[in-house]
Amino acid sequence: MLDALPAAVNGRPQLVHRGRFLTVDFRLTVGAVAHDIHIHQGRITDLRIDGGLLRPWRFQIAAAREVWERFWEPMPAPGYHDIFALTKSGHAVLEGDLLPFMSNLRYFKEMIALPRDTTLFSKEGSGG
Amino acid sequence: MSAQLEPIVGRYLRTTWQGRPVRLYFEEAGGGIPLVCLHTAGCDTSQFRHLMTDPAITDRFRVLAFDLPWRGKSPPPVGWQDEEYALTTDSYTEIIRTFCAALELDKPVVMGCSMGGRITLNLAAHHGAEFRALIGLEAADHQTPWYDTEWLNRPDVHGGEVCAGLISGLVAPQSPDEARWETLWQYLQSGPGVFKGDLHFYRADSDYRDRTGLIDTAVCPLYLLTGEYDFSCTVEDTTRTGAAIPGAKVTIMRELGHFPMSENPAKFREYILPVLNEIAAAGADG
Repeated sequence: MLDALPAAVNGRPQLVHRGRFLTVDFRLTVGAVAHDIHIHQGRITDLRIDGGLLRPWRFQIAAAREVWERFWEPMPAPGYHDIFALTKSGHAVLEGDLLPFMSNLRYFKEMIALPRDTTLFSKEGSGG
Repeated sequence: MSAQLEPIVGRYLRTTWQGRPVRLYFEEAGGGIPLVCLHTAGCDTSQFRHLMTDPAITDRFRVLAFDLPWRGKSPPPVGWQDEEYALTTDSYTEIIRTFCAALELDKPVVMGCSMGGRITLNLAAHHGAEFRALIGLEAADHQTPWYDTEWLNRPDVHGGEVCAGLISGLVAPQSPDEARWETLWQYLQSGPGVFKGDLHFYRADSDYRDRTGLIDTAVCPLYLLTGEYDFSCTVEDTTRTGAAIPGAKVTIMRELGHFPMSENPAKFREYILPVLNEIAAAGADG
């Protein structure tokens, strides 16, 4: 389902503007599936969903598929509504060099919440 | 055309804090039982503006709130530029009692949120007889930290952005956008190191698991209200705290987070009005 992420991010001028000073590689892991995402000046210019072929990343956000599914519900339940709720409870791991994440916190939080919009993201094939 | 003026008025109190002169800004509205409101860490009195414009409250309560030094309109003490701010249980307790004494408030109710809620437990344990009732919002005797506060004040991360970014998820998803973003704006304008300095109290100097046994709710009633979306002070944290204090009244607030009075004023009032009604009725009886 994250196939739609580049278009969703790049189609939001405010979000791209917020990330205009950000160029970074990071990994978003859903269960066993790694998504290697390259951001260039706020736009997602590359997304690879192939199990993470020894690519470098500055930081990674990882959680079980079931956790992300609850996080991406349109009205998530308490404890599943924020990335820090997930990391505090141990449901998600945030690791690596967190400086680009912390210095662009609103950008990343809004990005990873985009799949809550069911008009943009299909729930089918969520292995992607 | 007549000006649309809110009933809130602001003034400055000159007093001393930790032996140093300070200029304390406070706001108030209404009349009746004094209700002193304590803002969250890294924030200021504006969180309570909705309570101060609600006639159901101000008809019976004189609602007051002061900006702790270092934020809002209360400047830091002279010499601040060469020191690192760090709030403590002792300094926080002192400034609350100083404020109440200076304004000659007769047995006020104190209601604080987050760190303001935490300190109500210390007030209850050691100074309960001075207060008509204590209300801790998003309060517990202890809670597990969830980030390193070093992120809050460093030159390579924007302080306001990171403060707001960290706490944004503590607002419940049901909270209306206007109130959510006003709540976040208060954090976006954080002065450097202020949130971090408040959290010194919250993280390093207020583990109150050793003193909740001292609280006597027959001397001073204690109310604890926590939002279900607060993952900082969790429902479990508040429930555990309340269970250890005989007579403490715990309410879990649905569809609310860590900033109930500012993130969703309409929803919060459903929970706080019954508490204030009970306090006012007890005053009428006694």
